[in-house]
Amino acid sequence: MGMAERCADLEMIDEGLRSELSKQGIFTTTLEELYNWGRKNSLWPLGFGLACCAIEMIATSMARYDLARFGAEVFRPSPRQADLMIVAGTVTKKMAPQVVRLYNQMPEPKYVIAMGACAISGGPFKQGYNVLKGIDRYIPVDVHIPGCPPRPEALLHALMTLQQKIEQQSLIGEERPPHLTAEAPSEFPVPQYGEHDLVPSKNSAVWQPPVMTGTGG
Amino acid sequence: MSETNPYPFLLLLLLAAGLFAVAPLGAAWLWSKRFSPRKPGQDKNAIYECGLESKGDAWVHFRSEYYLYAIIFLIFDVETVFLLPFAVSFTGLSSGAFIAMVVFLLLLAEGLVWAWQKGVLTWK
Repeated sequence: MGMAERCADLEMIDEGLRSELSKQGIFTTTLEELYNWGRKNSLWPLGFGLACCAIEMIATSMARYDLARFGAEVFRPSPRQADLMIVAGTVTKKMAPQVVRLYNQMPEPKYVIAMGACAISGGPFKQGYNVLKGIDRYIPVDVHIPGCPPRPEALLHALMTLQQKIEQQSLIGEERPPHLTAEAPSEFPVPQYGEHDLVPSKNSAVWQPPVMTGTGG
Repeated sequence: MSETNPYPFLLLLLLAAGLFAVAPLGAAWLWSKRFSPRKPGQDKNAIYECGLESKGDAWVHFRSEYYLYAIIFLIFDVETVFLLPFAVSFTGLSSGAFIAMVVFLLLLAEGLVWAWQKGVLTWK
């Protein structure tokens, strides 16, 4: 555990000393910070859109909003090269197994942004028999963005939120992220087309129906 | 000024360039060995088919008859590309170049005769 001890040692550098050194042009960092800094600034999204939110996602990646400022403009046509899945749009029950399978095919570390009302809850189509009421029923979602559709600024905000999340992930210890934990699953069960609904209708390991805790009328 | 051999310096640059390319890859490989557990899985190892399950085998047979199209492509397309510069510089060619070109043309003409005899040129 030589590396781990060194990490711990480096974390012990006093913040005051650190800022004093940086004023003199000497920058100190930890392996963990360097790793997370690299990761958060090169999130490559998987290039796929499901509905109208995808238009906003495309607008975000273009010159006016310029997703490239965050190093996330490299939309990959294959899940093998992607780190980030932006679920942009309505997930129909016909499409849900494919989305989950694409997520499974992404190498780790992988993150999910559920973009828009439909992706987080079914949105205006929630009552539809064919609409999945949120992709978080099957895969772990890191950032939810409300809006119908969310503006590009909202997607940028979600990306920055995800960057903050990545920044805080520790390399070792009990709270390390799933991709560094051998026991944490990398794949999630792909739902099948059942007679009336997807089977299973949710993955209980990642999503539980909200419990009503009100006192009642 | 004495003449110095410039090549060792170039070799040094070549090595530095190689190291520049290989070192990050090596570091990433070592990093993943140390920190990231391998997690292969059924879906992850499956063939990528835009999220769908792939059907059948990728090892399918291609009809070997397609070689005829390759030959006819050579005759009618590639040959034309060479014929134009041949015609432009025809008067200034040496006899060796002329013979080489004629051999090339004859070979392709033979291919055309052969394809014609096979009935490939007949629209069915």
